[in-house]
Amino acid sequence: MENSMPVAQEQQREIYRRMVRIRRFEEEGTRLYMAGEIPGAYHASIGQEATIVGACMALRDTDAMTGTHRSHGHPIGKGADLKALMAELMGKSTGICRGRGGSMHLADASVGIIGESAIVGGGIPLATGVGLSSKVLGTQLVCLCFFGDGAVNQGTFHESLNMASLWKLPVIYLCENNGYAITTSVAMSHGQPNIALRAQSYGMPGIVVDGQDAGAVLDVTAAAVARARGGKGPTLIEAQTYRFDEHQVGLVVPGTPYRTLEEVAKYKAHRDPIVLFRRVLLSNGIAANELEAIESEVATAVAEAIQFARDSPLPDVAGLYDNLYSRPLETASP
Amino acid sequence: MKHETSAERRQINYLDAIVQAQTEELERDSRVIMMGEDIAIYGSGDLIERFGPTRIWAMPISEASFTGVGIGAAIAGLRPIVDLNIASFMYLASDQIINQAAKLRFMTAGKVSVPIVFRVCMYYGASIAAQHSDRPYPLFMNVPGLKVISPSSPADAKGLLKAAVREDDPVVFFEDSKLWNVKEEVPTDPDFLVPIGKADIKRVGSDVTLVAISGAMRPTLEAADALAAQRISAEVIDPRTLKPLDMRTIVRSVEKTGRLIIIENAHRILGAGAEIAAFMAEEAFESLRKPIIRLTSPDVHVPFSPVLEEALYPRKEQIVAAAKRLLT
Repeated sequence: MENSMPVAQEQQREIYRRMVRIRRFEEEGTRLYMAGEIPGAYHASIGQEATIVGACMALRDTDAMTGTHRSHGHPIGKGADLKALMAELMGKSTGICRGRGGSMHLADASVGIIGESAIVGGGIPLATGVGLSSKVLGTQLVCLCFFGDGAVNQGTFHESLNMASLWKLPVIYLCENNGYAITTSVAMSHGQPNIALRAQSYGMPGIVVDGQDAGAVLDVTAAAVARARGGKGPTLIEAQTYRFDEHQVGLVVPGTPYRTLEEVAKYKAHRDPIVLFRRVLLSNGIAANELEAIESEVATAVAEAIQFARDSPLPDVAGLYDNLYSRPLETASP
Repeated sequence: MKHETSAERRQINYLDAIVQAQTEELERDSRVIMMGEDIAIYGSGDLIERFGPTRIWAMPISEASFTGVGIGAAIAGLRPIVDLNIASFMYLASDQIINQAAKLRFMTAGKVSVPIVFRVCMYYGASIAAQHSDRPYPLFMNVPGLKVISPSSPADAKGLLKAAVREDDPVVFFEDSKLWNVKEEVPTDPDFLVPIGKADIKRVGSDVTLVAISGAMRPTLEAADALAAQRISAEVIDPRTLKPLDMRTIVRSVEKTGRLIIIENAHRILGAGAEIAAFMAEEAFESLRKPIIRLTSPDVHVPFSPVLEEALYPRKEQIVAAAKRLLT
């Protein structure tokens, strides 16, 4: 590392803080969902925290980002406040989207999120367009585009990577390969299962990284960001990660299990990104009580977010049409 | 918004009016860019020479994604005109238009703004068969968050397209190739705008109201002339904007005439005419002296053979006959 030790340590503490924030937020969110306090569907990011935070930490605050249906972690990874996110999950008027988006659309513009597309692959062209805008306006802004292994089989992935390569757009395509599109494995759905290799078809670098290693994800993403900002174009990063929970909290998949209990147990026991990173920090000389202080600070922040969300009012039905257009339409009836 | 500005006008056709609108808006605002297949060569005059490749983007054949690239660029500060060329190519791009452009402002409680124009040409009546010949505006009228415009005259085409570029919402601009060679005096003022959401009375009359959409305006105006020769006074209304649709102007006319015919070249089922007729049944029923008539394409695809295709679209004679039926 080129950084001096204190700077590197501060960054490592922040990575740890954000990973723990995602984990605690998701654990509490899962509990609230099961208790009926959060409506709809709940897709948790537990197990994928290192990929999310490692990649986000490579960005500037002003850089843009897109997420997916599994995106509670992405705004938190980019530094978002937890209160408005939890309030959105509960469908409250103080939610980040005032209760219009919900779990799959925690689009926190204050941390550069331009949208979280729950249409698989839908955000890939948008991120590419942000890159095009950056180039036209000369803003030096980079866009980090998150998507999963399933989205790689959407046409938008291929079309967008082609355009980004053609015009050398400052976009980082970050595939969170957690192995399964709901129940469909990469082996069952990809004619060529090496996702990073697909980058070759579009003339851009394709990099595989251990998605459970936050430091490694940060390093490869930082290199891709530098390349993008330097006008050299996009990079495809395949972060190999794992979803610890079911596709959706409470989902019971019928029939033969699509992944074995042993596989899930193995990842939880040996590949937990937070446990792995905690070990790295301790070996780097960060004291255990410092980490415990972070953990306790995060627990307080999550508890406060839940309290805030619970205390917040529900949206008023009178505002149903708010923000459908930039200004209210004149009523058409005479 | 200015309806009419300086008096100077020049005679140009509908297609030239569209190109003029684009050029003026590119000139006015450096955030305006154009994206589309072959636009560096075809259909846009000398735009690439004048504005260069960072403003005029020639697209690969990737409608689904370059539409999304335009939407992303709009979110991030540009004001793109995405030229989807032939209207049926919109189907490839409809996920991005409907799920992203139309919904993002609403879903993010206004944090995301999508100032974008989708320019699509209804290129029918030209023997290019069903996959290139649709009039799909009714599909997009059913999407909240979009604005849909369909001008029938060169001045309206220019003023509405310019207004659309200045709009902060996604606008679908349906141009009609049957109108390309229609000429009229068009204001030269670069700030000439036609407001979105306002119908225009193209001809004042008292016996029957003819609401004509886009390319159906040509036979409708001819029919109004023919009816005048038979001492039947037709009022001709062009909604110009289909979403939001200015029903007030149509209701006022129906209150005066008591008779309504809606003419359009789209399919009959759930067309713009169906929505207008339903609205009038709800809001102007007491004013109607006769049943509403819709003249539309039948619910069938556009056939290749010219003799078959010609039979599809409402003609002057049918409009005249329908009006006479209402007046007997």
